[in-house]
Amino acid sequence: MTFDPSHAARSFSSVGTRPIRPDGVDKVTGRARYGADFNMPGQLIGRILRSPHAHAVIRKIDTSKAEQFPGVKAVVTAADLPDLTDGDTSMYDILDNCMARNKALYDGHAVAAVAAIDARTAKQALKLIDVEYELLPHVTDVDQAFAADAPLINETIFTTGVDPKPDRASNVSMRSQFGHGDVDAGMAEADFVVARTFKTEQTHQGYIEPHACVANVSSDGTADLWVCTQGHFVYRQHCAQLLGLEASRLRVTSSEIGGGFGGKTHVWAEPVALALSRKAGRPVKLVMTRDEVFRATGPTSATSIDVKIGAMKDGTIIAADATLRYSCGPYAGSWAEVGAMTAFACYKLENVRTVGYEVLVNRPKTAAYRAPSAPMAAFAVESAIDELAKKVGMDAVDFRIKNAAQEGTKASYGPVYGPIGIGPTLEAVKNHPHMKASLGKNQGRGMACGFWFNFGGQTCTDLNIGMDGTVSLAVGTVDVGGSRASLSLVAAEELGIDYAQVRAVIADTSSLGYNDMTDGSRGTFSSSMATISAARNAIKILRARAAQMWDIPVEDVTWEKGHAVAKGETHGNLPNLSLKEIAAASGTTGGPIAGHSEIVADGAGVSFATHICDIEVDPETGATKVLRYTVVQDAGKAVHPTYVEGQYQGGAAQGIGWALNEEYIYGKDGRLQNAGFLDYRIPVCSDLPMIDTQILEIPNPNHPYGVRGVGETSIVPPLAAVANAVSNAVGVRMQHIPMSPPRILAALEA
Amino acid sequence: MVEVTLWGALAAAAEGNSKVEVEAKNIRELFKKLSERFPGLTPLMDRGIAVAIDGTIYRDTWSKELPAGAEIYLLPRLAGG
Amino acid sequence: MAGIAVSTTINGDHAEFLCHPDETLLEVLRERLGLMGVKEGCGTGDCGACSVILDDRLVCSCLVLGAEAEGRQIATVEGMAQGDRLHPLQQKFLEHAALQCGICTPGFLIAAKDLLAKNPDPTEEEIRFGLAGNLCRCTGYDKIVRAVQDAASVMRGA
Ligand code: FES
Ligand code: FES
Repeated sequence: MTFDPSHAARSFSSVGTRPIRPDGVDKVTGRARYGADFNMPGQLIGRILRSPHAHAVIRKIDTSKAEQFPGVKAVVTAADLPDLTDGDTSMYDILDNCMARNKALYDGHAVAAVAAIDARTAKQALKLIDVEYELLPHVTDVDQAFAADAPLINETIFTTGVDPKPDRASNVSMRSQFGHGDVDAGMAEADFVVARTFKTEQTHQGYIEPHACVANVSSDGTADLWVCTQGHFVYRQHCAQLLGLEASRLRVTSSEIGGGFGGKTHVWAEPVALALSRKAGRPVKLVMTRDEVFRATGPTSATSIDVKIGAMKDGTIIAADATLRYSCGPYAGSWAEVGAMTAFACYKLENVRTVGYEVLVNRPKTAAYRAPSAPMAAFAVESAIDELAKKVGMDAVDFRIKNAAQEGTKASYGPVYGPIGIGPTLEAVKNHPHMKASLGKNQGRGMACGFWFNFGGQTCTDLNIGMDGTVSLAVGTVDVGGSRASLSLVAAEELGIDYAQVRAVIADTSSLGYNDMTDGSRGTFSSSMATISAARNAIKILRARAAQMWDIPVEDVTWEKGHAVAKGETHGNLPNLSLKEIAAASGTTGGPIAGHSEIVADGAGVSFATHICDIEVDPETGATKVLRYTVVQDAGKAVHPTYVEGQYQGGAAQGIGWALNEEYIYGKDGRLQNAGFLDYRIPVCSDLPMIDTQILEIPNPNHPYGVRGVGETSIVPPLAAVANAVSNAVGVRMQHIPMSPPRILAALEA
Repeated sequence: MVEVTLWGALAAAAEGNSKVEVEAKNIRELFKKLSERFPGLTPLMDRGIAVAIDGTIYRDTWSKELPAGAEIYLLPRLAGG
Repeated sequence: MAGIAVSTTINGDHAEFLCHPDETLLEVLRERLGLMGVKEGCGTGDCGACSVILDDRLVCSCLVLGAEAEGRQIATVEGMAQGDRLHPLQQKFLEHAALQCGICTPGFLIAAKDLLAKNPDPTEEEIRFGLAGNLCRCTGYDKIVRAVQDAASVMRGA
């Protein structure tokens, strides 16, 4: 029988408890090994030379002086990473982003790399590489790049999704449209209309651990890669393809990961490290500096978004319209499409239209950042919704409740919703004590809703039962925030044993079948599904072994609370056999006992959250202080509630930073001016209050325990919740994020 | 026979049809028949398409059955962070 | 090169090393002495992941030269537990799930240890400002602050 992922109501004994994580002690004692904490015998240190120019043709690269420099063992350029992508444009873009081929497309674009006996030598050698650039006009702003007369970044980009096909290239790589009904007619009927334009600046995921890897290519064609990544199987595929290696000969081990949030879903330096190792014939360790992390990895899109929403006197939204422009760096992606799909997903709308444009700019290639593209769209839409509620004369929460999507609502992105949690989060917010806390002078309260899809994907786990009755669970999704604890709980639950008897590890690419990237909030959702399936497979074997030990038919053996139980008239009085007893006898009943599982975990189930924020604004300086913050979100079923809370709090904090401080600042020269944590200021401890959380559990019908993904949705509402709070505090609608003190002052003076 | 709704960009590639009727019992068959009928869809399908069946989004389960009368919606295949 | 010979005490143990004049204490600890619990998040004094206690001062080891360790006492995360007995801060960080990815944790533990040594009964605000030199991108600090509060009360014997 194949695995049935449908949700079935049940009571839990392990799931829903809060034990200490299995990797915890190593992490508080400094023993856990992250990307940079691994060394190999004879290793060299790699460093990358990066373009200081935003847009330039690379005329010539002379590496001869660097090559002759004592201690240098290899120098590579694009010539050492020949194009093996065979017409696959997205892989070609990854290759070009790892090492510029003809043009440098942003400040920080890699152009060459060296491997030397130590960091000091490598650094000196970089200075000896001569690159001849021919500067081209550049553009870093999304609106400027959108304009018809903007400098052209890639002459092969013709806007897709428009009819007829454009006859000249532009920076707009894609137009995509979603919606239904007649928006113009609806808008004409509306009693109240709000129309505004919003802007958000580019931010970085800001993980504290810089990208790091150790690559070792042997002359016999085998290779090893140790790397901090959200998906070592995907890294293996990409690196193998770009280097021309056989995937099975490249073993990728994921280190402990010091944060990713979407930023460690792409290869950047890994193919370069492998190329250096191949050329030098020695292992190469490559660790990015923080400056490199900012200049060359990660960032999310900058956006400019027009929103127009119309409502009737009774508070019904009659029409909603948005045009969203997302920057994507110098390569096409699909970021605007996601923004256009999520923008109005919280609402029940008869007439809705969203048009997304994706715009190339001379900035680093955009990477996913936690619910990618959704926070900016939510900022624009939820700001306009708040303003519209005021015009209609309704409370912000009631207005949203009246218009919230429900089961059966046709989503703004197309399909009809199943059971969803937007209504319950709004009701919970309405009744939350936070809403009754009193506000003082210059203080404001804002709230906002957010939506995210959540994804599942290909997943494989192995569950091995040792002869002592302990269980080792090998999973292939990366543990970004406690998933080994959650998955151990799930294995314990399904087998009916104690949490302490299970140990979960992240297997390397040679020890387990393929797993997709750990993204889309899928880690616990999909690996728990695979773990349940693996445990059920193991139970089948355990029952068969017990039947052997008792010498009775297997049909008469059931599995209850970690024991085989004999049923039936003749042997119903046999004492139960524990998992431990069956495991101890396994050598003579057929050998090792294990359960495997290979699944595609689809049906992750959409997720909603509503946040409340209280803020104080100093009208003299424009400085802000977050006073209170509350997150209400549906988790389906919280496997380890403490880690679910942690996801809610962490997403909120990142969103608050995005709303108030964080932004990439480019000079007229196209260079990034704040590539460090001093000038790119993420929230510190004293910037934030305690972040209150409320977990709702509306079971996901497509997971045996009802689990939904929880990792990403929490970053969707904060931009808008904070902006609404600031707007309410100062009485002026904030339209540009981040709301740094100068921007708040400018808005007050406007 | 199932009725399938295509999102904007896909409809453009399907000769402007935003709704098409297809004889298909599962997702695999649906994709095959669609690309036979509208070759313009093939590159978009290669880039990745997800199928929403009664609101639940499937990205990879190509064996998923398409129940008669179900609401079937093709969407871009998205990824998260 | 002729390195500088440095003799110092790390987590109570005598240590000697040779280093370049411009080599940071962080580089020495990680690369020469193998104390990889000390993390590098920025190398510029902005993240606190590399925090160590030098004599009785909390410092970013990326901003201190290795040579400056001469004759001093250095405390790193590796020295916090007594044998297999975790320091109360370590224990409370685990119980409160004050770490998600954990890369910031060694720095926070050291900064919190220094804070509690100087102020055994800090208010929430004092904790927040006391730890403001350490960045955490995962937790939103809520559980870190609670863990420090709880550890402080345990350490006071309350
Ligand atoms: S590494 Fe020293 S403060 Fe960041
Ligand atoms: S737990 Fe990841 S940075 Fe703090």
